[in-house]
Amino acid sequence: MPDSKLDLLQGTLDLMVLQTLAAMGSLHGYGIARRIEQVSGNEVLLNQGTIYASLVRLQQRGWISAEWGTSDNNRKAKYYSITRRGRKQLTQDAAYWQRLSIVMSRVLATSEGEGKP
Amino acid sequence: MIDAIRHALGRIFFFFRSSRLEKDFSSEMTTHLEFAVEENLKLGLSPAEARRAALLKLGGLEQTKETVRDHRGIPFLETLLQDLRYALRTLRKNPGFAAVAVLTLALGIGANTALFSIVNAVLLNPLPYDQPDRLLAVYTHTPQFDRSSISYPNFLDWRRDNRTFSALASFRGENYNLTGVGSPERLEAEMVSATFFPMLGIRPVRGRLFFEQEDQVGAAPVVLISEGFWKRKFASSPDAVGKSLTLNGTLYEIVGVIPGTFHYENNNFQTAPEIYSPIGQWNDPLFRDRRVGMGMDAVGKLKPGVTLEQAKSDMNTVANHLAEVFPDVDKDSGVTLVPLKENVVGDIRPFLLVLFAAVGFVLLIACANVANLLLARSTGRTREFAIRTALGASSARVIRQLLTESILLAIAGGALGVCIAAWGTKAAIKVLPEALPRAEEIHLDPRALFFTIAISVLAGICFGLVPAFKSSRTEIQDTLKKSGRGGSASRHRTQGVFVAMEMAMAVVLLVGAGLMIRSLANLWNVDPGFDPRNVLSFSLASSEPLGANPAASRALFRQLRDTISAVPGVQSASLTVGSSPMTGDSELPFWLEGEPKPASQGEMKNSLFYIAQPDYLNVMKIPLKRGRFLNESDNEHAQTVIVIDEQFAKLYFGDKDPIGHRVNLSIINTTAEIVGVVGHIKQWGLDSDATATIQAQCYIAMSQLPDSILSAFGYGTGVVARTDGTPMATMDSITHALEKVNGRMVVFGTQTMSDVISDSLAAKRFVMVLLGVFAGLAMLLSSIGIYGVLSYVVGQRTNEIGIRMALGAGRFTVLRMVLTQAGEMVMLGVIIGLVAAILLTRLMASMLFAVSPTDPVTLGAVALLLTAVALVACYIPALRATRVDPMIALRYE
Repeated sequence: MPDSKLDLLQGTLDLMVLQTLAAMGSLHGYGIARRIEQVSGNEVLLNQGTIYASLVRLQQRGWISAEWGTSDNNRKAKYYSITRRGRKQLTQDAAYWQRLSIVMSRVLATSEGEGKP
Repeated sequence: MIDAIRHALGRIFFFFRSSRLEKDFSSEMTTHLEFAVEENLKLGLSPAEARRAALLKLGGLEQTKETVRDHRGIPFLETLLQDLRYALRTLRKNPGFAAVAVLTLALGIGANTALFSIVNAVLLNPLPYDQPDRLLAVYTHTPQFDRSSISYPNFLDWRRDNRTFSALASFRGENYNLTGVGSPERLEAEMVSATFFPMLGIRPVRGRLFFEQEDQVGAAPVVLISEGFWKRKFASSPDAVGKSLTLNGTLYEIVGVIPGTFHYENNNFQTAPEIYSPIGQWNDPLFRDRRVGMGMDAVGKLKPGVTLEQAKSDMNTVANHLAEVFPDVDKDSGVTLVPLKENVVGDIRPFLLVLFAAVGFVLLIACANVANLLLARSTGRTREFAIRTALGASSARVIRQLLTESILLAIAGGALGVCIAAWGTKAAIKVLPEALPRAEEIHLDPRALFFTIAISVLAGICFGLVPAFKSSRTEIQDTLKKSGRGGSASRHRTQGVFVAMEMAMAVVLLVGAGLMIRSLANLWNVDPGFDPRNVLSFSLASSEPLGANPAASRALFRQLRDTISAVPGVQSASLTVGSSPMTGDSELPFWLEGEPKPASQGEMKNSLFYIAQPDYLNVMKIPLKRGRFLNESDNEHAQTVIVIDEQFAKLYFGDKDPIGHRVNLSIINTTAEIVGVVGHIKQWGLDSDATATIQAQCYIAMSQLPDSILSAFGYGTGVVARTDGTPMATMDSITHALEKVNGRMVVFGTQTMSDVISDSLAAKRFVMVLLGVFAGLAMLLSSIGIYGVLSYVVGQRTNEIGIRMALGAGRFTVLRMVLTQAGEMVMLGVIIGLVAAILLTRLMASMLFAVSPTDPVTLGAVALLLTAVALVACYIPALRATRVDPMIALRYE
């Protein structure tokens, strides 16, 4: 485990939550947090509490929905799932991120002096 | 965009379900922890460690909740609700403070709104007519009077010759005797031009208005009736229009009904006419005489785009032309034009503005008082705020909390103030409607309400900010260390300044009220020139001429006088027409015998005239100075005589003895010999008589009036009678006695002369009463202010006082120490107030009588009074200071 973990950029957590729900179906808050940690290979520093702010935000926008259910070990938990509008939003945002990351890697790949005539 | 709306809606939805969501979220957090703990247990951690690791991972539970809350609803509103709940709770815990603060504000705001409603209705609102800005009041201008009534022939010529008015309408008050429907009744009526109602934009409720061709001699008799009369006599039946009324013995057809909302303010317009008739139908010879203005005024509507100046110069041209054509009558007369609104409210404006300023002071005092209370309270709460700051509240958050509290107080005060205002407006109208024009238009209007709300919120922000900023600058460390004793000197100073300011404003108001009281007292002591006590004044009228011919009229007048004089309780009586003291003036142009006859009426001298019977002097108790008064032998067969007053003698005879000289009386075409000189009476009112243009007065015997004039008075006459006591009780016997003489006669307009004098002071009394109320309020509020501050200061210094007493200071020393501190505030306030009063009371000089605006007696009395009241207010907290038990005080540590 590296000493320093990645701070999350503004807006990225919402996208991760959407992608997680799209991939896994319905999940409770703890499940989402754990899943993101696992997928990131424990690279992301996740204050699990912040997940809930993101969940409220997404709910208000109508991108995810929530309902109470029962877990495998018989606990009452709130389960979140992505809505149709959420999927649409996810497609848009994911495309944007991919474009941005390609641009970022190109910019970072240019070595010193390469731009000179 | 749609997304943003959805988001906003989402927030609102979450906001309203916040308590359920809160519970939901708590259980969600619990589940989250349980999942985490379970997983940690699987990893082999001990239960305690598993829980600790889970909590760490989640981050601070409360912080998480807070972040989620911030995202969930509408944080601003939630904070506001929280602040409001907190403010309500703290105010409930301190009901005395809340009550005083709210009541103080309510009084200030209530008084302000009531007066604003009045000022708004009377001074600011346009008159309730069609295009009121284009309406002008029209008068004759004579060398003696700026606003004199118009003769009908002149009016007709003005209407024909002018180029600047789209319409001119005239009107004069009249009274009709109604017979044939129940018992005979005296009706207030107004003769008006056919153009009068259309010009003002008044539409009839039923029927129609007058046609132009009905407004001339010989047309069929028609009348309009008021909505009130329609309801009273016809139960608002639609078929009243077309019916007939017998007025003064003539049948008039009702053609329409004038709405009850219609009012018109003018000296020659009745207060509430029930009948309107076309003025052009009146063929009285005097009315058709160009020399005579029979109490007729006019109103005109300018053509669009015409200015007042253009109209004035146009009417000048018209008047100059008439002066050339009728030099003997119109030579020196012109036209006065006054914007109608100015004409209606002009006299009352300075009164209302002074009151408005006064009530503004009261509001300022109220605000200063509440600010003071809040300041004292916030100082007591320094520790609370320091703790809040220590726990992480930002200074903005503390200010917001304090502002919420003060605005809450302000709104509560404002709401109560509106109630006070509604009641106060009604009370003000009821107390003195006489003194106020447009009284019927006054009501609590929405703009005044808006004004109040604006004031109260603004006041809340203003008086909330001072303590808020002071508190926000609190040094946390110091305060917490000081264990609640604090209260810095600078804070005392702020409060001292507030109190001094309140005192100063109270001084200004008290001086204003004091000056008005002194003026009225002076006015009451002015000798009106006659003795008004136990004198009755009333009018008699009949639907047919009093007497079939002049000789019969003269006989009837004597009989009426004898009948009234014979009533038990009546000492003497006299019929009278012409001028009547303080209520109506009539002038007679004349020139002295031996002088050439002036070329025009305008160049003649003028005298007020009183047509009277021999007992007039006894009834009024006017002193006889020389010669004799009129007596029974001055009758139609004898040489016409005249009695003049001292002013007449002084003006036109100087040191010479006027008795035996003769004067030519223009309108009645006689020459009369002066037989006596009597005292001057204050015809123009107690305060303004000395500055009136026409001072000379003369008396002519009723029986010596020429036949032509007698017929003009033939339908009615005034009466004055001196009674033993209780004049109003004697009135019933008089009415009975008169009914026996002539059953068709109506008695009306009964008043005592004392009431006449008191009515003439109504406007001044209105100001005095209100200023007195405001000044009293100001004194009370500022006393509460100084009491509050001193109580607070004593409370803060309990400790110090305890130590001083423990070290041997006596009660008297402590008392003096506290009172000195109060005395400084009071003295500062009184001195500033006196200076301000000297500067400000000059503005009310026109309302004062025989008192200088800087009257030293008033200033001194006010200074003493306020100081005394303030010291009494200080005495209670000061006394409390002397009762401090050193042991208890020291235990506070």
